[in-house]
Amino acid sequence: MKLLLDLARGMLARRRRQTLVSVAGVALGVAFFIAIAALMRGFQGYFISQIIDVAPHITVKDELRAPPRQAAELAHPGGAVTVSGVKPRDRVRGIRAAGDKLAMLEAMPGVAAAPLLTGQALLRYGARDVSATLLGIEPARQARVSNIGKDMIEGRLEDLRATANGVILGAGLAQRLGVRVGDTVSAVSPAGTVLPMRVTGLFRTGLTALDNAQGYTLLKVNQVLQNRPNVVNQIHIRLRDVTRAEPLARQIEARFGDRTESWEEQNANFLTVFVIQNAVMYSVTGAILLVAAFGIYNIVSTVVFEKTRDIAILKSLGFTERDIQLLFLAQGLAVGLLGAALGCALGALMIEGLAQIRFGVETPAGQDRFMLVRDWRIYAAASLFAVAAAGIAAVIPARRAARLDPVQVVRGAA
Amino acid sequence: MSAPAPPLLAAEGVTRRLPEGVTLVSDVTLAVGRGEFVAVTGPSGSGKSSLLYLLGLLDRPSEGRILLEGRDTAGLDGEALAALRLARIGFVFQFHFLLPEFSALDNVLVPMRRLGRLPLVEARRRALALLEALGMREAAGKLPEQLSGGMRQRAAIARALANDPALLLADEPTGNLDTRNAAAVFDIFAGLAAEGRTVIVVTHDLALAGRARRRVHLVDGRVVSDGPP
Ligand SMILES: Nc1ncnc2c1ncn2[C@@H]1O[C@H](COP(=O)(O)OP(=O)(O)OP(=O)(O)O)[C@@H](O)[C@H]1O
Ligand SMILES: [Mg+2]
Repeated sequence: MKLLLDLARGMLARRRRQTLVSVAGVALGVAFFIAIAALMRGFQGYFISQIIDVAPHITVKDELRAPPRQAAELAHPGGAVTVSGVKPRDRVRGIRAAGDKLAMLEAMPGVAAAPLLTGQALLRYGARDVSATLLGIEPARQARVSNIGKDMIEGRLEDLRATANGVILGAGLAQRLGVRVGDTVSAVSPAGTVLPMRVTGLFRTGLTALDNAQGYTLLKVNQVLQNRPNVVNQIHIRLRDVTRAEPLARQIEARFGDRTESWEEQNANFLTVFVIQNAVMYSVTGAILLVAAFGIYNIVSTVVFEKTRDIAILKSLGFTERDIQLLFLAQGLAVGLLGAALGCALGALMIEGLAQIRFGVETPAGQDRFMLVRDWRIYAAASLFAVAAAGIAAVIPARRAARLDPVQVVRGAA
Repeated sequence: MSAPAPPLLAAEGVTRRLPEGVTLVSDVTLAVGRGEFVAVTGPSGSGKSSLLYLLGLLDRPSEGRILLEGRDTAGLDGEALAALRLARIGFVFQFHFLLPEFSALDNVLVPMRRLGRLPLVEARRRALALLEALGMREAAGKLPEQLSGGMRQRAAIARALANDPALLLADEPTGNLDTRNAAAVFDIFAGLAAEGRTVIVVTHDLALAGRARRRVHLVDGRVVSDGPP
């Protein structure tokens, strides 16, 4: 084996410049792959953690996934006539037996759950009207399922209890209304109820959509405002292990019948974007490596072509086809390995370079730099990919070399 | 009752035909014993090289069979033939075929390292001794391009002898050499045969062929005479 490596080294040494170009090609592919992967994964990971932070891991809603079957359909199952245009029976909206369901959920290990009544309200302060989503919560329970406590920039969540008709507003929402803590706004619900509410605190999650349009109040207060006494229309769940969200959501839905969405389902649009992003990124870096692979194919082919005499003599000396194939495979792999090693170093440098960049402006999420992931598995994947590509690229000329008939060469060279 | 020892090399009705229909070697039957020094002669295109490739297991006959040390080689696969070439057969061609990136010494070491019979230190010692015996002591560390034609051919002979083969085959080994170098190389072959090694040399130089103890003459791929020169 050492002998084959020595022979491989000798053959590549003859084509030093071409070898270096091939190595550089692989190195660039690997480095770009590493830097872009670190960038993308960093950004996506940050984004997802933001989503997971501000949204419940699982939301149980007062909806059904499929519309309930109507009496007319139930009466004639599989009838030859399709009944359409049936007006659905009105039903009181809300999660039924929410208290029991909460108790069941809380009994599961690693699960925290909180009841909510969400509803629209028009907040009015002086001449300004702003429409907002009010979340009626039980502060102690809500604190266990969300980070809202952490996101408070003025006041505390518990202040809701101490104040009659207290409300906590998103910072952007408060700004749009022009209110400060201590001011009293008037809230009008779609049900027509009007309630004076006192701003007891402000929060900022970093997600503009929430900060500009959400407010928290006590569950009881929102039930009065929305005129839906004792109704709970959402249960928010937080898990110790986020990755269990989707399977657990399916389990809960199967048990309760209420539509249950994991954070993955609620953010399917983002996650789809990420999938596309990743596909684009992997195709681009894949293309670089493909070009590098062609370089390797080219150099190994050239060496095979130039070295027909050496191949013939090695075979006549008693080297097997396998030996010859390994000899040229080793040359491709050597270029791949060298390129991968160089690419890893270059990639690490690029990551550190990117880490130095400051945008100069703060994004709403409070970041002024690239989020970068430094994960050895990215390096491993890139290197593995490069070496595999090099191996595949070298196999074709190596096989051709192995099959070369020494008699033809020896005859021709005489 | 003991059977007589088989000849080192035997060809039985060997014919080599190309797919296009050209016949290179036609019905050659030949037995070469241990320590024999055989010259193969014949006009250009008579099939001398083709016969040598067949005898050296570099090519396979279309008909007939070749036995090395009494063993039929027809049933052997490529790997087994390669193993025989590595350990039992040495080749010298008209062109030296030294690996250009490696010194004469390293070239001699290639088949030894591939066989792996000797530890590297001993292999080096043997390789140096072979080169020295061929008058290449000073040139052992030189690259092929730094060597003269005669030196290159000697290095190639040393490499052919590296694994102490029973059979040494040479195809016009003096074809690229001047008369003096050619005679010197032939002296080497004569000496090897005298040591008991079997040597088969293809040459069109009848003066040199005269120094062998047996001469096989080919015409149109057939053996037309076989005996003392
Ligand atoms: N691949 C091939 N296709 C067609 N003809 C071939 C091929 N190889 C060899 N020949 C022919 O077969 C014949 C025998 O060739 P070979 O090389 O064995 O002869 P030789 O006696 O060694 O000749 P020389 O003295 O010129 O070296 C020659 O006429 C040659 O032209
Ligand atoms: Mg010839």
